[in-house]
Amino acid sequence: MLGIYHDARSPVHRLPAGAKILVLIVGAALILSESDWSRLAIAGVSVASAFALARIPAGVAVAQIRPALWILGAIFLFHALIGEWRLGALITVRFVIVLALASLVTLTTRVSDMMAAIERALGPLRPLGVKPATVALCLSMAIRFVPVLSNEAAAVREAQRARGLERSLTALASPLILRALRMADSVAEALHARGYDPEGLEPSTTDEPPKGAQRPASD
Amino acid sequence: MIEIQKASHRFGETEVLSDIDLSLAERRIGIVGANGSGKSTFVRLLNGLVIPASGSVLVDGLDTRRDGRAIRRRVGFVFQNPDHQIVYPLVEEDLAFGLRNLGLRGAALEERVTQALERFGLAPLRKRSAHLLSGGEKQLLALAGVLAMEPSTVVLDEPTTLLDLRNKRRIANALASLDQQVIMVTHDLDLLAGFDRVIVFEAGRIVADGAPADGVARYLALMEA
Repeated sequence: MLGIYHDARSPVHRLPAGAKILVLIVGAALILSESDWSRLAIAGVSVASAFALARIPAGVAVAQIRPALWILGAIFLFHALIGEWRLGALITVRFVIVLALASLVTLTTRVSDMMAAIERALGPLRPLGVKPATVALCLSMAIRFVPVLSNEAAAVREAQRARGLERSLTALASPLILRALRMADSVAEALHARGYDPEGLEPSTTDEPPKGAQRPASD
Repeated sequence: MIEIQKASHRFGETEVLSDIDLSLAERRIGIVGANGSGKSTFVRLLNGLVIPASGSVLVDGLDTRRDGRAIRRRVGFVFQNPDHQIVYPLVEEDLAFGLRNLGLRGAALEERVTQALERFGLAPLRKRSAHLLSGGEKQLLALAGVLAMEPSTVVLDEPTTLLDLRNKRRIANALASLDQQVIMVTHDLDLLAGFDRVIVFEAGRIVADGAPADGVARYLALMEA
């Protein structure tokens, strides 16, 4: 669901990122607190219409919800088992609409536009020590590295299976964390190399190597 | 012109570079050596990613110890694994990252992004998620991101190690077309065709430095020893 921008020319794509994020926040709060089925139906139809207006194919739209279906199914099943199937259905429908709305925002908004909006929104917090540009970069990198870390996890799992270890969360966690930390060093180095300087300062005036370049470089 | 003056470096107790003293002025310079010979640390000295424990590195007279930021504008760096260098989800967003760090905004930024995408044949992939690119496309994006910043020197640390033959050729062709000085660490000796100079590292020291044929011969001899 993250980091998948669907390029198209549509009124939804053209809306400012800040407005879309605001609609998402307010819309999610309203939908999650709504218990009236007719109002939820209106919300659902509105979101579906917005998908159509954004020219997002049905398959792409459904693919956004699919990964969450098993959790939603479990929530519904739990409520059904304790005799509260109506409440289970209500919670499930609320989450489906909110997930669809969130997906619509990510599908129609470039991450850089979203981050620029977040950076502007955090601007007033500068006097409190908040660095909006750094927060925005961290968020965009979190989105960018979800698939990278997922690939790393798949590689570790594959290597373990090749050596006879079928399924072990602990055995997966240690090498994955080590890889992630090593990757973090490399990424920090790359940020330096690409001119990123959040403090506006020279990187080093001592004999110490810059942060991210402390480990021996791989030869 | 890059000058390295009696530079040494150690990580903990291990000395990784010993008393390196040389000037880099040629347009195409290859760096070869065994794993752990110090060549990757050496190239990280060239744009201040690593500051030598002793000695100094000067780029056009600027010292990496004091002028790292200005030097990184002159000396671009392409890493072995592009996945660690691409920091934004979309191709065009990542290309814009370095340019934003140079202070570009608005139409000027868009224009430079478009130019870089077209130059490297990445224009059709402009709106594509970076994680959906092939290995070669990712490395081209990493290279384009660096070259968009218009450095006078490009340093590459084993840029083709993770690539198949077709993508190696794409990168080699892209490199051949560059006007900039290129300093490249590689184990792929084919990439050194047409280079002006090859430097061979062994245990943190330079053991050969000169014409590519001589450097490659020395490297092969070291590998067979």
